[in-house]
Amino acid sequence: MKPAGFAYHDPQTVAEAVALLGRLENARLLAGGQSLMPMLAMRVAFPDHLIDLNRVEGLDGITVEQGVLRIGAMTRQRSIERSAAIREACPLMTEALTHVGHLQTRNRGTIGGSLCHLDPSAELVTVAAALDATIEVAGPEGQRDVAIADFPLGFMTPALAPEEMVVAIRIPLWPREHGYSFMEFARRHGDYAIVSAAALLVLDSAGRIARASVTLGGVGAAPLRVTTAETALVGEAPTPALFRAAAACCEGIEAMEDPQAPAWYRQRLAAVLTRRALERAWARATGEAA
Amino acid sequence: MSETRRITLIVNGEHREAETPVRQHLADFLRGTLGLTGTHVGCEHGVCGACTVLVDGHAVRACLMLAVQAAGHEVTTVEGLSLADGTLHPLQQAFCDHHGLQCGFCTPGMLTTLVEFLAEHPAPSEEEVRLAISGNICRCTGYDSIVAAALAAARALRGDAA
Ligand code: FES
Ligand code: FES
Repeated sequence: MKPAGFAYHDPQTVAEAVALLGRLENARLLAGGQSLMPMLAMRVAFPDHLIDLNRVEGLDGITVEQGVLRIGAMTRQRSIERSAAIREACPLMTEALTHVGHLQTRNRGTIGGSLCHLDPSAELVTVAAALDATIEVAGPEGQRDVAIADFPLGFMTPALAPEEMVVAIRIPLWPREHGYSFMEFARRHGDYAIVSAAALLVLDSAGRIARASVTLGGVGAAPLRVTTAETALVGEAPTPALFRAAAACCEGIEAMEDPQAPAWYRQRLAAVLTRRALERAWARATGEAA
Repeated sequence: MSETRRITLIVNGEHREAETPVRQHLADFLRGTLGLTGTHVGCEHGVCGACTVLVDGHAVRACLMLAVQAAGHEVTTVEGLSLADGTLHPLQQAFCDHHGLQCGFCTPGMLTTLVEFLAEHPAPSEEEVRLAISGNICRCTGYDSIVAAALAAARALRGDAA
């Protein structure tokens, strides 16, 4: 028993959870617990109140409707990984999840937890950024939407007021024939990536790139879109040289530095992974790769 | 702070009821409160996999779950894998036959993880087995014998001759 003492609350509804957040000082929400529980055990987090979301009704579930994928905040990573609907409509997310933790942690870990923990190289956050997701947030005044671009305020800090919580994520789907790829480099499988890259491409009838999305995890304080690369791609005919040129945009991005990897190494990785991800996305868009 | 709660849950098919401090994790509850010491505690912060148990059939790290969160759920520990007459689960038998353990510290976590994995992947490749146990650290075997045991257990569970 390693965590410091706390009072435990297990609300049944979102309204109850939000009311508790508003009323209690130094409270933390507990979702899947795969990040917060270690933080409690190591006593880097010591809330006075723990508000467990695992018994809140209606926070999990996956729906695909009118071109939008909606995933409830408490949906387990493993349910997402195994969802046939997501594999079909949003395969980038399925591919990214193969890199997330391990069987045992995905069985508990939730998408809402990943979004709010906001690790700079969290795969699900990178995917959310790549797909222009919208985060549904509940608070005392009701619900509001936050665009994923506005969601990170800084390093591991989501744009949430103390009495707010995430209830779902909405993702506008790409056309069925899009190409996608998620690649990452980590020291060991299941670790947070040092750098990850997500790429999506849509080709027009002439075979040129009609739409592109390039996103990096593990480089900035939060996953970021490489808009310069996207601009370089759109309207062009896809070639290895074009992908190399687009990937080179990553080398100019200011990168984090930590004991695991210096900034120049992250920049190099970012360019290599982006090029490979674009090539794979292209092969998938043309039907040449599965 | 020493808030406690009385919880009821099903452990290895048996109805159990007990008092637990709210900050106690499930692994300590199983070991200390219920006396089921088959579940091992290694790191207590979610990196070694030794504490893995099945909750409603899914492998989870029992050190990353509070005991109170298991209330109303069904937990299976390594003690619940063999039959009442002592006959080993096919996975346990395969671990014996293939030297899938040395000190045995990682074994309960390996077994519970593989129970769920093999139920979903009755005919896994060696690569898939290695990925399935990538969240379980073994300091003794070098994993080869564990992988061999898992593949043999898969054959046995499918009813193929070993
Ligand atoms: S004791 Fe739970 S993962 Fe190590
Ligand atoms: S048998 Fe000793 S740690 Fe695996």
